[in-house]
Amino acid sequence: MNIHEYQGKEILRQYGVSVPSGRVAFSPEEAVKVAKELDSKVIVVKAQIHAGGRGKAGGVKIAKNLDEVRSYAKELLGKVLVTHQTGPEGKEVKRLYIEAGSDIKKEYYLSFLVDRATSRVTVMGSEEGGMDIEEVAEKNPEKIFKEVVDPVVGLTGFQARRLAFNMNIPNQLINKTANLMLGLYKAFTEKDASILEINPLAITGDNEVQALDAKFNFDSNSLYRHKDIVELRDFDEEDPKEIEASKYDLNYVTLDGNIGCMVNGAGLAMSTMDTISYYGGHPANFLDVGGGATAEKVTEAFKIILSDSNVKGIFVNIFGGIMKCDVIAEGVIVAAKEVGLNVPLVVRLEGTNVNLGKKLLNESGLNIVAADSMGDGAQKIVELVG
Amino acid sequence: MSIYINKDTKVLVQGITGSTALFHTKQMLEYGTKIVAGVTPGKAGTSVEGVPVFNTVLEAKNETGANVSVIYVPAPFAADAILEAVDAELDMVICITEHIPVLDMVNVKRYMEGKKTRLIGPNCPGVISADECKIGIMPGYIHTKGHVGVVSRSGTLTYEAVHQLTVEGIGQTTAVGIGGDPVNGTNFIDVLKEFEADPETYGVIMIGEIGGTAEEEAAEWIKANMTKPVVGFIGGQTAPPGKRMGHAGAIISGGKGTAKEKIKKMNECGIEVAPTPSVIGETFIRVIKEKGLYEKCKTH
Repeated sequence: MNIHEYQGKEILRQYGVSVPSGRVAFSPEEAVKVAKELDSKVIVVKAQIHAGGRGKAGGVKIAKNLDEVRSYAKELLGKVLVTHQTGPEGKEVKRLYIEAGSDIKKEYYLSFLVDRATSRVTVMGSEEGGMDIEEVAEKNPEKIFKEVVDPVVGLTGFQARRLAFNMNIPNQLINKTANLMLGLYKAFTEKDASILEINPLAITGDNEVQALDAKFNFDSNSLYRHKDIVELRDFDEEDPKEIEASKYDLNYVTLDGNIGCMVNGAGLAMSTMDTISYYGGHPANFLDVGGGATAEKVTEAFKIILSDSNVKGIFVNIFGGIMKCDVIAEGVIVAAKEVGLNVPLVVRLEGTNVNLGKKLLNESGLNIVAADSMGDGAQKIVELVG
Repeated sequence: MSIYINKDTKVLVQGITGSTALFHTKQMLEYGTKIVAGVTPGKAGTSVEGVPVFNTVLEAKNETGANVSVIYVPAPFAADAILEAVDAELDMVICITEHIPVLDMVNVKRYMEGKKTRLIGPNCPGVISADECKIGIMPGYIHTKGHVGVVSRSGTLTYEAVHQLTVEGIGQTTAVGIGGDPVNGTNFIDVLKEFEADPETYGVIMIGEIGGTAEEEAAEWIKANMTKPVVGFIGGQTAPPGKRMGHAGAIISGGKGTAKEKIKKMNECGIEVAPTPSVIGETFIRVIKEKGLYEKCKTH
């Protein structure tokens, strides 16, 4: 789960990490009110969307007076920002973060993540701040330094200092920077983050070490123990179909094609998309109904697929292990009868209770094309959609 | 022969009184798996399908000689269940549970360092040695005894590959689901080593997916160490970057972990990769025919 920059900075403040003062604003009037209170020579007006690359896309403005704050706020609110992370459709700005400007002397990069290779939390730092870290990794890999954290002791003081020295932080600010890193590590682990990126981390004219941006991503598997994080979820940032699916514990991702897919198992669901593409079709979604789905859940899943007006055909591909084929058949039949099915439907069933499932579908009176294998089913739906 | 588990494996079910565990305990018993104990704290003295239930793993092990455990405990308590099995020094613990917080698994992995227990999973379908022992949630009937090893990050894709082999008359030694989480107990290389050493396994199917670099590392290892043919498949060739495809580990981020990169690396290391999952079996059969292994693999 992602959160906004202003929410991330609020968490950092709780952990004693220095961030510039600022507050969220939902209207130009509010933006001006916040700017007045901040009483700073320079005010930064930052678009709040769940995507990086806002600066380059014109989503961050520097205002020198309240009039400028007002006009930038007016300009940004309601604007659709297209960054390298939003996709071509972009994201509409609905919230702004109004922040006191910092006198930046130098920018650094700092991030925390769970590294698969070591199965440990890893801290990465570089003196090449403000830039895309992937670019740094490609051009100057020697400028990225890592510390691997042993969970028994957590990030240690010496590791934090070593990383700070490697990043060429000035000597008199090493301890300040190391303390900031320890605070960030504590925030990362206590809130079950999976990524925490500070880009840039800045040293200011008055020798402060400040997090000028905060990009948090939380492990969705741990949200059950973080009610405070769940409350930060912004539904405006998510696809309505994905929100609906999440209510029923369905793994659903919207894609831009026209063939709706309903599959059990993440690996099979991904491969079903691949197979449709292999035969020249375009999947409209990724959908894993999971192992223990009930007929009701399958019905809801089917309704979500049908609610997408781009969908011109549906491919149901099931290999039942835990999932029983008759349960899938039941769910599909109920949904098709409730909402009406006016696009072609290809069904491939295999595994637990397959014969019972096929029988239910045959007797349903629905216009269903049966497939023998997933390859066969993918070819059939691609042909039918045309 | 088979790897990891066989007809003599004595299985203990952690969380045996839960509904999923009840269903699968029955299925495993029907398959012929020797389930000797169950553990649910506070339920000692009761029994499930004739299997005695204990309060702790250690007690269950001491009383019954169980050497492998399977975990169906809900995610918030699953990490603790793994730790208990490791503490009791079981040979292996197979964790079916999905949605375990990743930082819990970071702690589990650290705790396991230097301990004897092997962890398979979490978020996996389990391990099956055809006709001998089934531990997990896979449908038993699609498997036949034979000479092909299967290792996979995805449950349903394992079924897909195994089913295709069985339909073509090619049996399997053992199928291992290593799970779709970013931090897991056993990786491809661990399992490949076992298949390479197993005299009854003549060839291997390795099924990966987007995210991480486990497939690339396995490909390098295969090139350097493996004498048996390996055929691969990678799920998620058309997945868009930044979108998590169901599994916690299946995500392309920062341009890393793409299917394209993985397939390229595998091809470079001499591994044939099936273009779609429906032809995994077909591709494998073509490769073993080229190597003159087809007749040996065919189940008579």
